[in-house]
Amino acid sequence: MTSGLTGHGRTVHPALAEFKKYVKYWDLCLMLAPVIAYFIIFKYIPMGGIVIAFKDYKLGLGISGSMWVGFENFIQAFQTRFFIRSIRNTLIISLYKLAVGFPSPIVLALLLNEVRHSAYKRVVQTISYLPHFLSWVIMAGILTQLLSPNNGAVNALLKNWFGRKESISFLLDNRYFRGTAVVSDVWKGVGWGSILYLATISSIDPTLYEAAICDGASRPQRVRYITLPCIMPTITIMLILNLGSILDAGFDQILNLYSSAVYETGDIIDTYVYRVGLVDWNYKLSTAIGLFKNLIGFMLVVTTNAIAKRISGNGIW
Amino acid sequence: MRRERFGPGDVLIYVLLALLCLTIVFAFMHLLSISLSPNYVATKGGLLLFPKDITFDNYMKVFKNRYIWLGYKNTLIRTLAGTSLQLIVTALGAYVLSKKYFPHRSFWTLLIVFTMFFSGGLIPTFLLVKRLGLIDTYASMIIPGLVSAYNLTIMRNYFQSLPEEIEESCMIDGAGRMRIFWQFILPLSTPILATVALWLAVGHWNAWFDVLIYISDKEKRTLQVVLRNIIVTGTQELDTDASAHSVADEPLVSPEGLKAASIYVATIPILCVYPFLQRYFVKGIMVGSLKG
Repeated sequence: MTSGLTGHGRTVHPALAEFKKYVKYWDLCLMLAPVIAYFIIFKYIPMGGIVIAFKDYKLGLGISGSMWVGFENFIQAFQTRFFIRSIRNTLIISLYKLAVGFPSPIVLALLLNEVRHSAYKRVVQTISYLPHFLSWVIMAGILTQLLSPNNGAVNALLKNWFGRKESISFLLDNRYFRGTAVVSDVWKGVGWGSILYLATISSIDPTLYEAAICDGASRPQRVRYITLPCIMPTITIMLILNLGSILDAGFDQILNLYSSAVYETGDIIDTYVYRVGLVDWNYKLSTAIGLFKNLIGFMLVVTTNAIAKRISGNGIW
Repeated sequence: MRRERFGPGDVLIYVLLALLCLTIVFAFMHLLSISLSPNYVATKGGLLLFPKDITFDNYMKVFKNRYIWLGYKNTLIRTLAGTSLQLIVTALGAYVLSKKYFPHRSFWTLLIVFTMFFSGGLIPTFLLVKRLGLIDTYASMIIPGLVSAYNLTIMRNYFQSLPEEIEESCMIDGAGRMRIFWQFILPLSTPILATVALWLAVGHWNAWFDVLIYISDKEKRTLQVVLRNIIVTGTQELDTDASAHSVADEPLVSPEGLKAASIYVATIPILCVYPFLQRYFVKGIMVGSLKG
């Protein structure tokens, strides 16, 4: 089937032979067509729109009518303080989230695994998974109420239990915004994130534990010398994959939590791209910054995936 | 293992887990209490685990807001239409790409997977949607995100794990591939279909950004965006017919209570179905982590 020869020995043009395969599977082609059409129209055509980043885009002239300006838009982007600031904020928030948010689900999974009453374990799981299913709009609503400096519950607790005198404006104070973003992100995602590690733990051969018990290993020792080494491959892969998306500091979250008061510490690349593009309507600058981020992000993901694949023989595709 | 005593280590673990859960449970109880309490309780501050002097004024006022109802309607429309359309299109494509004999299968797969790692970005996509005339249509909430490469890959892996013999024996019986797909493959794939459908439905229920940028028609705003305007930006008029209702009608309403009530009104459906559907979501993560 793969050669250009038919059963009669006549030579057919290779392209025609390829085409005939599609004719043979015409019904499958029909089934795949909507998906391919979608990806070409909504994913690949916008990739062509990237040229806006290299043009002096004018609404009236359209993309093809606007003048080429080379790297002018990129130069302009790097000359603004706000772009540099958004890069810094993105990296800082991402690294904080990695430092706190990455180990938390592992610790939760290890703790859950030690719970001996399955009913208690189920209740903890059900409750801790819940925030994952709520949007950041809802979360922002909950957080603004709880963290309000006027009559929020958290500030009341800080005053009554820890003797703090002044209220903290968690969402409006540059000193606290990043911390609030990181903690609320962990709070929302820790339960859900633990599922993968719990699954890995449950696939560990129980005879390993039985042998360890015979040898007199205590529970902390069993965690240290059996559970952790057994889930280490998963941890490594997840860490590498997380590093690949370091430029995604959480658009949905930040856009709902931040305000102009905390742009200095909270404005990340994605929110900056959004404001420049769809609030200030500066298409060319927004596209240039977005392209810059996407290119670096792409290189990061490809590199980290290659590393992950080499380590485990198993990437994410 | 089970024979060991319940020691201080266990107590510590149980307490730590309880603390995590209590922060979540307290947050929701506090919010519920605020929404059910009159203004003089809600504005007093502090953690309020149980409502005092219960009043439904906040909820009455939220239900009087016609944008909440419109939001519900629009959210239901996009969730039902979006989930079913996405599920069908994704399943069809995933099935084809699960067939090893489909010509240039790896090319078509790569074409799709590549979009997971690189995209045109916000503005080019926005301009395309605008150019296609989708602004202010329900289609703009569904079509631009029609197929997720991730969901497609997961489904493809599942289809690939189904035994080849089913299809072969059906072919011998003279069934076409379309019929095989609808009558044999789909019924065999209910676990993965249910999981992906739930993911899609939750995604639609929670989606807000596409509505924010593609929809300016107030009548087409979904619940999340109405909610966002109430609690995040504070721009949604909570009194839609302010003239008809004077303050005297709802003397016990407070801004805090109104926001809390709006959050509950939008979240109750999720809170109700979540405990029953939780295991399907979890099952999906397991399926997703299996590589085909």
